[in-house]
Amino acid sequence: MKIAVCVKQVPDTWAEKKLRVDTSTLDRESADGVLNELDEYAVEQALQLVEAQGGEVVIVTMGPERASETLRKAISMGADAGIHIVDENLAGSDAVATSAVLAKVLTGRDFDLILFGSESTDARMSVIPAMVAERLDLAQVTFAQKMEVAGTTLTAERVTDYGFDTLTASLPAVVSVVEKINEPRYPSFKGIMAAKKKPVEIFSVTDLGLENALVGAGAAWSVVADFADRPPKAAGVVVTDDGAGGTAIADYLTTAKFI
Amino acid sequence: MADVLVLAEHHESEIRKVTFELITAARGLGSPVVLWLGPGLGDTESAALASFGATKILLAESADVVDHPVAPGAEIVASLIASVQPAAVLVASSADGKEIAARAAIKSGCGIITDAVEIATDATATQSVFGGSTIVHSKVTHGTPIITIRPNSIAASESAATAVTEKISMVISDSAKRVSVTTRSVVEKGARPELAEADVVVSGGRGVGGAEGFEVIEALADSMSAAVGASRAATDAGWYPHQFQVGQTGKTVSPALYIANGISGAIQHRAGMQTSKVVIVVNKDPEAPIFELADYGVVGDLFTVVPQLTEEITKRK
Ligand SMILES: Cc1cc2nc3c(=O)[nH]c(=O)nc-3n(C[C@H](O)[C@H](O)[C@H](O)COP(=O)(O)OP(=O)(O)OC[C@H]3O[C@@H](n4cnc5c(N)ncnc54)[C@H](O)[C@@H]3O)c2cc1C
Repeated sequence: MKIAVCVKQVPDTWAEKKLRVDTSTLDRESADGVLNELDEYAVEQALQLVEAQGGEVVIVTMGPERASETLRKAISMGADAGIHIVDENLAGSDAVATSAVLAKVLTGRDFDLILFGSESTDARMSVIPAMVAERLDLAQVTFAQKMEVAGTTLTAERVTDYGFDTLTASLPAVVSVVEKINEPRYPSFKGIMAAKKKPVEIFSVTDLGLENALVGAGAAWSVVADFADRPPKAAGVVVTDDGAGGTAIADYLTTAKFI
Repeated sequence: MADVLVLAEHHESEIRKVTFELITAARGLGSPVVLWLGPGLGDTESAALASFGATKILLAESADVVDHPVAPGAEIVASLIASVQPAAVLVASSADGKEIAARAAIKSGCGIITDAVEIATDATATQSVFGGSTIVHSKVTHGTPIITIRPNSIAASESAATAVTEKISMVISDSAKRVSVTTRSVVEKGARPELAEADVVVSGGRGVGGAEGFEVIEALADSMSAAVGASRAATDAGWYPHQFQVGQTGKTVSPALYIANGISGAIQHRAGMQTSKVVIVVNKDPEAPIFELADYGVVGDLFTVVPQLTEEITKRK
């Protein structure tokens, strides 16, 4: 089985995130870049499938030069190879352009499965897997909390607002996983050393046969008009329970007309 | 006035509140045309949609939209973008909603904005990003704006209209039927309101200590007709079902009132509740970061504070 896992470098979840005044895009310089933690579950899932059934795991990322660290980090969990699309023309690309680039690089490589995390912790749109499935005309099985592959049949549980749906599809398929699906491993020392020698293919936008004019901020199909920090919330009142803490909250709620 | 296409969010015949919020938002942009996918639309439902301003209901009853997730819906939305030429397409920020919007955007060559909390009459969308710390105004510049709206962000208001229902029979392509639903598991939510759309949410975390501890949380919730939420620590431990997890990888809620009990306020939890209008905190650790969000907080043991609060509320009602 040949599996691609698409990963993204994001600012550390714990870091304060800001937009840049000049470009209205996420300020990626100010925070440490880390592997989107939800993508770790996708890498883990791919590794488990290949460990059980044989095959190959290729990590794919689109991002600036320094996203190569994220790519190596994902490979060090145990993957076999990497693909990095790196090009300054990509800066400011929206989801539509990002999905076009990913779809292009994934085309013609005979992947049985293309895995994603359920969302990135910075943009939080959750639309790239669906867009890639649309572009590649593949089965889309997203928000999987459980998945099994038997031969060319994929069975998965898709988390819904009401519970979950059990889905079946034939491979190849695009799958996104939620964090309930597994417990990602930590890269071992051996894995970290081995990752340094794993092959990584590097592509620019034109290498892929795409036009630069189709990507980047200038090509985005939606634009940020303006942005501002939310006015800071007035500090609230915090009291220590003296035996009447519950009554104190009830008083607050009565004043605020909730009761 | 231009038509504005609204994708109804419903579970069989149960219309989700966000649908009325979408129709209300659509009225600001033109005349709301509601697309209903699958079964469940009867006279009562049509009347409810019309009472919020739907001028037309497009009914796509085909079993394909039920038997196959996302892709058939996207195909129908894309074809309506071409035939109706709406000024905008408004969809709920649910898992299905966002993905239908995403695929329709690619099919139709339209820009997409997700998780809007407000829409201006020129279709400029307001988004609240980075856990609510930044307010962004964005606009689609290519094709028909496709905008997904977060439940509970826009107040639904009635505005009676007469809605005609038109059945649309569209042949769904084979490629949109690559994935099939074999079974549907619906977790009983009981009598409480739906988490994502509740006006009041009462949540419990690791501090609740166990499944039995949630009885205290549920009692408070029921005294206020609230929904119950939980932190990941509580759902992972199996104390409360996963469907009720609030946060980055759970539900995003923005109720008028959020009461966090025994929850420390990890960034992933805040990501799902930070836009709540009023936040009440009960936690025995005065240093817990959740207090930073509190409009009113009590440092204390939830097992004494919460039952007392429940009793007071019941008394005062
Ligand atoms: C990829 C990823 C995704 C995640 N997604 C989510 C998500 O969607 N939602 C989410 O919630 N978390 C999520 N998390 C987990 C998150 O990081 C925290 O671990 C989690 O929110 C902690 O839950 P908690 O606040 O209930 O527990 P803790 O952090 O352990 O806090 C318990 C709190 O209870 C208080 N307490 C204890 N006993 C009492 C008592 N008797 N009375 C009053 N207070 C008491 C303590 O003082 C403490 O502050 C995610 C993490 C990762 C890595």
